Amino acid sequence: MTAFWVYFAARPLFWIVLTIVVFMFSRWLNRKLGGLSLLHPVLISMAMLISLLVLTDTDYDTYFDGAQFIHFLLGPATVALGVPLYDYFDRIRRMWLPILVATLSGATVAVVSAAGIAWLLGGETRTILTLAPKSVTSPIAIGIVEKIGGYPSMAAGLVLMTGMLGCVMAPWIFRLLRIDNDIARGFTLGLSAHGIGTAYALGLSSMAGAFAGLAMAVTGLVTAFLVPLLVSLVGV
Amino acid sequence: MLNGVVVLLGCQLAGEWVVVALGLPVPGPVMGMLLLVIGLLVMKRRVPDALRRVSDNLLSHLALLFVPAGVGLMSHFELLAREWLVLVVTLIASTAITMAVTGWVLSRLARRMIAEGEES
Repeated sequence: MTAFWVYFAARPLFWIVLTIVVFMFSRWLNRKLGGLSLLHPVLISMAMLISLLVLTDTDYDTYFDGAQFIHFLLGPATVALGVPLYDYFDRIRRMWLPILVATLSGATVAVVSAAGIAWLLGGETRTILTLAPKSVTSPIAIGIVEKIGGYPSMAAGLVLMTGMLGCVMAPWIFRLLRIDNDIARGFTLGLSAHGIGTAYALGLSSMAGAFAGLAMAVTGLVTAFLVPLLVSLVGV
Repeated sequence: MLNGVVVLLGCQLAGEWVVVALGLPVPGPVMGMLLLVIGLLVMKRRVPDALRRVSDNLLSHLALLFVPAGVGLMSHFELLAREWLVLVVTLIASTAITMAVTGWVLSRLARRMIAEGEES
């Protein structure tokens, strides 16, 4: 039995197929349970795959040997966000000032509130630094955390958790603040919950998706300059 | 189909080059997305069918693409055990505050423009 398992686990293809099948199951389960965003398909998939890897004593590097081929598609998928962005370019151009103000205030609040709350709760300095860029898409967040001295590999996980929490809380926050148009909803999701929020916004409408993709890109750019600046001001 | 794949990967590659050449702190794919929009604007034409098909397919499975990175959390059990409370409270509170501020600012500032757009 063990030998059989090792034989298959050694092959990268196994982890690709497993990741896709687990994700399909998670999506089915999520729908079956009424589409609760608390049980986001990504979260169920992570829990199942991590349990499986721990139970079979497989390390993450072995898993990633196969799963990297799925991970690789994040690059072209990010580029593909340019298509909905182009579709709504006229609308975006007319709204450039509100978009600029919302990006600057949103990105600043995201960084300051994350670092501030973690500091008040007595978090370690490196944990605080790792949390600072949590609202930014993971490749940018990892780059920022490397630069300011946090835990880069931890950053990817925190960014994902942020994205899923954003999707869970979005319906409540939109209802509470009466944000009822897809432009503001999409933009808010993209700014605070990056790619996962953008995936969620694409489910609302393609216009929400376009504004989410825009918010994700602009927030990434702004935060990449903002965080190192703030860190040098605070003098950590 | 292949045309669309080449355009996406080509923009990503060009994005990587630009980022390295200019020493920008931005990842290549984000720069690639900007290059794709600029390219489409310069050509002033409809998005080619092949490109739209590939893009739609990729974007409809966007959530799946985050799973491999997410499983990486398993390498940090120690830190999670030590600081989980700080992390959980910070993530929830900060994300809620960020969403509230962003949504509020944009919908108040752009109320008129959004209303115009919905009429048209």
